[in-house]
Amino acid sequence: MDVLYFAWVRERIGQPKDKVETKAATVRDLVEELRTREERYEAAFADLDALRVAVDQELADFDAPLDGAREVAFFPPMTGG
Amino acid sequence: MDIRVQENAFDLGAEANAFAARQKGVGAVVTFTGIVRDLGEGDLQAMQIEHYPGMTEKAISKIAEEALSRWNLGDILVIHRHGVLRAEDLIMMVATSSRHRVDAFQAAEFLMDYLKSRAPFWKKEVTPEGADWVEAKDEDEDALSRW
Repeated sequence: MDVLYFAWVRERIGQPKDKVETKAATVRDLVEELRTREERYEAAFADLDALRVAVDQELADFDAPLDGAREVAFFPPMTGG
Repeated sequence: MDIRVQENAFDLGAEANAFAARQKGVGAVVTFTGIVRDLGEGDLQAMQIEHYPGMTEKAISKIAEEALSRWNLGDILVIHRHGVLRAEDLIMMVATSSRHRVDAFQAAEFLMDYLKSRAPFWKKEVTPEGADWVEAKDEDEDALSRW
């Protein structure tokens, strides 16, 4: 699955994208896996209230299932307009 | 419905005129334009706008579909820029058309409220002190509850 990062999440992790092999059942499980990778991931995912997530380009919540998901993206609250 | 996410500048007058000219049987066109503000003392060097290619277009289309289902509209135009902008550059515009002005005004407000916090754009302000991501405001999220 592709895991994408935007804005300060991308900056903290230091790259825009990871290819991840995972059996994580939910977004929250995926976050827990990523946090254990390296300090920079822990720094990016320290406060989930400050993050938003999209699964296959649709806004989702952290309990959303990942069954069949091809793309998950993490980013701060959006500031469009 | 015409949704455009682009790096290039757009011509507000030309877009508004072209939008109005292709409407049939409407009595009102409303346009809104967002402009890069310099909230400091003229020290905004750049506004960088990042987005999520693919999702951005889908998210805006979904918001526009919702507006079309709620109000009696002729058409909707949304143009939103990304990339590096300067103070006073035009960031984005929406245009709505309808038989009567109330629908066009309300739909334009609805589109703006949702574009602010449901379309995947992130703004970063660059000043001599450094670069900072613009934080989402609670009132922008609260604004959605009125719809």
